[in-house]
Amino acid sequence: MNESSPILNISIFGVFVLVTLFVVIRASRNTKTAADYLAAGRAFTGPQNGIAIAGDYLSAASFLGIAGAIALNGYDGFLYSIGFLVAWLVALLLVAELLRNTGKYTMGDVLSFRMRQRPVRAAAATSTMAVSFFYLLAQMAGAGGLVALLLGITGTGGQALVIAVVGALMIAYVLIGGMKGTTWVQIIKAVLLIAGAGIMTVWVLGKYGFNLSSVLGAAVDNAPKAGEKLLGPGLAYGKNGTTKLDFLSLALALVLGTAGLPHILMRFYTVPTAKEARRSVVWAIWLIGIFYLFTLVLGYGAGALVGPDAINKAPGKANSAAPLLALELGGPILLGLIAAVAFATILAVVAGLTITASASFAHDIYANIIKKGQAEDKDSEVKVARLTAIVIGLVSIGGGIIANGQNIAFLVALAFAVAASANLPTILYSLFWKRFNTSGALWSIYGGLAVTITLIVLSPAVSGQPTSMFKNADFALFPLSNPGIVSIPVAFLLGYIGTILSKDKADPVKQAEMEVRSLTGAGAEKAIAH
Amino acid sequence: MSTVEHTPSESAPDAQKWVDVQASDDFAELKHRLRKFVFPVSGLFLAWYLLYVLLADYAHGFMSTKVVGNINVGLIFGLLQFVSTFVITTLYVRHANKNLDPLAEKLRGEIEGDGK
Repeated sequence: MNESSPILNISIFGVFVLVTLFVVIRASRNTKTAADYLAAGRAFTGPQNGIAIAGDYLSAASFLGIAGAIALNGYDGFLYSIGFLVAWLVALLLVAELLRNTGKYTMGDVLSFRMRQRPVRAAAATSTMAVSFFYLLAQMAGAGGLVALLLGITGTGGQALVIAVVGALMIAYVLIGGMKGTTWVQIIKAVLLIAGAGIMTVWVLGKYGFNLSSVLGAAVDNAPKAGEKLLGPGLAYGKNGTTKLDFLSLALALVLGTAGLPHILMRFYTVPTAKEARRSVVWAIWLIGIFYLFTLVLGYGAGALVGPDAINKAPGKANSAAPLLALELGGPILLGLIAAVAFATILAVVAGLTITASASFAHDIYANIIKKGQAEDKDSEVKVARLTAIVIGLVSIGGGIIANGQNIAFLVALAFAVAASANLPTILYSLFWKRFNTSGALWSIYGGLAVTITLIVLSPAVSGQPTSMFKNADFALFPLSNPGIVSIPVAFLLGYIGTILSKDKADPVKQAEMEVRSLTGAGAEKAIAH
Repeated sequence: MSTVEHTPSESAPDAQKWVDVQASDDFAELKHRLRKFVFPVSGLFLAWYLLYVLLADYAHGFMSTKVVGNINVGLIFGLLQFVSTFVITTLYVRHANKNLDPLAEKLRGEIEGDGK
């Protein structure tokens, strides 16, 4: 990393921050009402929102993590990207449009539509906060590692300072820009990220005569330990029966988690109609799919041109594969650009998560539970959302500093597992199952949440292994790192049992209203014209 | 703009309207057209994904069989998951534009046209 220049990296990142802050301030001029602040006035087009969704979804874990996993573990890294992509079909076919038609700002709007408002909103807000918090921690902890690599800051104090700066910037974006500002940040970041990855992909392919087979061959030649095994499955998860089962569990959580991620669901409210929501998912699927194809080439390209030994020796290990490849290809300037994009990625995703969690608190808990939907003035919801964003920002700075150096993939997988277990069953039941009632909703949300978190705490990711959070304790009673294979079916079952056993009946009139509205879009929230 | 627009205290004729529309033939047709596409296709792509995951997890030899140069069966299967995702996306959009949107628009017009 001798050729890398921290000053150059910081300067390029500084330019990104200035440009996006300018855009955010301009975008916020028309932000007046809660619908402006929390749903960007529902005025984004499908393609704009689709690019923003790609920006929200392609976190640093996707870019640095998957490219690094492919470089070191070959084919098993590629498996991640397939789960992350196929998951979008669940969102497209079963969730996006129906959700846009029935809700206003949050997941809680949809889940509580035909149920008793207060308990279901409280449950939805709880699981929204839980998913957002784990996802936030992962991003903030990732920022620490990235800084070590890109800016040459290796001391814990210096890294903590950088995490605090990233957090403060994120709070500024959310406070000033609201949903509209953060959406523009996502759009800018997604364009930079996909363009940067695209340029590097063409560059790598060009070095091998645009022949993918030659790239793969060169990666094998440069990996004396893994060799041919790099091209087939099993290098990371094929060790024994438990690791294979763990992979199956992870694959389930990935494919079913996406459509339950609250920060993704909230994006569907920024467009004017269900048709635009559909268009935005289509744009997102193409962009995300193409991006993952790029990471396949970048991962094997990093293996071929940088080599697994050099990657393992770098400060960020697997996460440094893509930046090292940039350095190898285009020298310090390309590294600086890619580094700035990686920072921007973390910043944008963190801002998206913060606004989601603060919207859920302001809308579900403050406006609908504390004020019982009778808040005197419309601005108070926005005020509460802004205040919550500051609190969440400070908590995630603190959490990120504490979690610095923890296993990031574990935190992200936890967020996906909670989303797939607590959120998705409840969303699907309330959209498609007539009999589903308040009791069923509470059972599937709280039950899914409790089972997932319990199994995670008892997993080898938390204790008993050299790679665990607590290396010196061993209370790993559950053998798998990812709980999905158990927690997802259990949550579906709990939602069913809770509904059947309860005496309270589903409200047939509200059910009729929800079903008609979800399919026709009648009475759906309209865009705000300025 | 009130904070919650669907409180249980909505007027009775309004509630009756939703129930009537839900019972109408047009709505039954719309619901049928949506479900007849999304349920089987969801089952199909999840089964296809699961097949792929199980092969990658438990059939290492088969997936590592080389086909052309360094391109093996596993890579082709993986890329086919991308292809199937893009194809299903395109088919759904065509189905929705042609078979769902016109009927949904007609019903929406009927519902919003009379109460307002």
